[in-house]
Amino acid sequence: MKRLGRISERMVEGVFTVSGAITGVAILLIVVFLFREGLGLFNSPSVENGYVLCVNAQNTAENLTVAEIKRIFDAEITSWQELGGGNGEIMLFRFEEIFNIYAEEELGEDYALLPEKLGQVIVENPNVIAYLPQQYAPTDMQGVKLLPVGNINISDFFGGKEWIPTATPAPQLGVLPLILGTLLVSIVAILIALPLGLGVAVYLSELAGERIRKLMKPTIELLAGIPSVVYGFFGLVVLVPIVQKVFNLSVGETALTGSLILAIMALPTIITVAEDAMRNTPRAMREASLALGATHWQTIYKVVIPYSASGISAAVVLGIGRAIGETMAVLMVTGNAAVMPHSLFEPIRTIPATIAAELGEAPAGGAHYESLFMLGCILFVITMIISITAEVISKGQPDKGI
Amino acid sequence: MNRTILIMAAALLLVCNANGQQVKGSDTVLPLSQKEAENYMKTNSTATVTVTGGGSGVGISALLTGTTDIAQSSRKIKFDERQKLKTAGKTVKETIIAWDALSVVVHSANKVGKLTREQLEGIFTGKITNWKEVGGDDLKIVPYSRETSSGTYEFFKESVLKNKNFMNGIMSMPATGAIVQSVSQTKGAIGYIGLAYMNRSVKAIHVSYDGGKSYTEPSVANAKSKTYPVVRPLYYYYETKSETKVKPFIDYILSPAGQKIVAETGFITLN
Repeated sequence: MKRLGRISERMVEGVFTVSGAITGVAILLIVVFLFREGLGLFNSPSVENGYVLCVNAQNTAENLTVAEIKRIFDAEITSWQELGGGNGEIMLFRFEEIFNIYAEEELGEDYALLPEKLGQVIVENPNVIAYLPQQYAPTDMQGVKLLPVGNINISDFFGGKEWIPTATPAPQLGVLPLILGTLLVSIVAILIALPLGLGVAVYLSELAGERIRKLMKPTIELLAGIPSVVYGFFGLVVLVPIVQKVFNLSVGETALTGSLILAIMALPTIITVAEDAMRNTPRAMREASLALGATHWQTIYKVVIPYSASGISAAVVLGIGRAIGETMAVLMVTGNAAVMPHSLFEPIRTIPATIAAELGEAPAGGAHYESLFMLGCILFVITMIISITAEVISKGQPDKGI
Repeated sequence: MNRTILIMAAALLLVCNANGQQVKGSDTVLPLSQKEAENYMKTNSTATVTVTGGGSGVGISALLTGTTDIAQSSRKIKFDERQKLKTAGKTVKETIIAWDALSVVVHSANKVGKLTREQLEGIFTGKITNWKEVGGDDLKIVPYSRETSSGTYEFFKESVLKNKNFMNGIMSMPATGAIVQSVSQTKGAIGYIGLAYMNRSVKAIHVSYDGGKSYTEPSVANAKSKTYPVVRPLYYYYETKSETKVKPFIDYILSPAGQKIVAETGFITLN
């Protein structure tokens, strides 16, 4: 009988070990998957996959940057001279235009004559730049030159200031505005939420009467359960006009509006965790402090808060985590404009909002898709740094005197 | 996760067995297809039509993998999508089931009531930044766009901006409803929405595509008579070999009863 009991004990232990191992492996796999998809980005060509850029062979312009290609196709650069080429006005040719020149029947069975006809267009127009599918590009035809394009490089990605991932032919993948936008919104949100949240936590755990506490605690916990899209809609309809009026701005969808909504959303987490930590201070300690002649406030300040420091820092980390990862509410109130943030009163775009808004329609495996995964990696690294820092801070705090 | 897949597979099998058909794709067409499917199933009790969204691109790639019978799309099938279908040995047929008009809207207190296509291009690409440049007050223009995943975004870019990119850092909203809300509460705002979403809280701009000779108001009547230029067709794509299966449903949409639903959901009927 005793032996049977030991065996079953062993089995239970085994089950726990296995479930722990499975969780660990799952998390590891997710991280590996995230980084594998994301890092593929730097092996992708900077022009859309499967397409090439062709020019007339006499054209001397070379080594176009991604930004230059975009400005050419936006008709902002109109002369080859600006790019070190000959004196001629740039003529844009997108692949679909061939069907305006020739009827489908003229292009032969299975578009057999298509490369030839495309080649003719390029040869006849010395100033043309053509954006064509690789499959039909007249690469071996005389008089046609293929523009060499490199891979997406790391400095363009992390240092780029333009985020236009659907720009054709060359998507603009600069994530700097997104990273700065995310950090700005989250940090300001925490700066608003932290003093407020800690204040409420101190009030609830030390000052409030039992009846008020019993009423307020569940109400605050209820706030944590409201879906973020509801907060987002509240923000769009109520907060946006208020911010616009109070600060007399031309737009109400600003970083500040996002921070306010995030602060409201992070409050319940901060309050509940911090309050629980403070209430866990042993009664003996409080009484000892009071017995030594300390006032109520001195007890809170010198005994309760130092004792619950690690709990409070956990509250802060959870609050920041909620703010940085929050998607839906931010998506609705910050205006989602991918510009470098200069002030709190301008629209910004955050990383989670970008992923949520764009992943659905980004073609799987393409540069846009991979760059969204890379954004996920960046977000992961940011949150990891924050939790490690918090861990170090709470460990480093001496518990002397308690 | 596995269970969800199993349930989904089972549901799919059931749907297939019950002589049903799947419609998948554009979110713009989604409400229309749903309404049509509901009414079709009411008149024809043996048929089942399942409608799901996801975007025009999603619908067409589902047609490629054979997970849908009909792909609904708010844009014409792209050349490389047609190529991919061809290499997979599939030929697709196209049917236009309705039309949709986009209207450009501003804040109701804005003095400007008409704009040319060139002016709109300037505003949305960031070349025109103040309302006084187009005959309005001295007020900063705040253009609102849709997210890049939306078919409406793509159509506006193609038709109004002539394939140029929107200005860097344009405000992009996740839904048409959010654009209406923001434009109605921002003085200098301008945005674009489907005609079906027009309401009194915003003002529609009369648009000219001939350099300012004639301006047309976005309305169902003008869109129908083709005098309003920013109009796009809504498509159904299906494989030729499943034509007998999907034909009754498509015929229903094209019938007077089906076209009545088109008008009720705020789109423009075919004739």
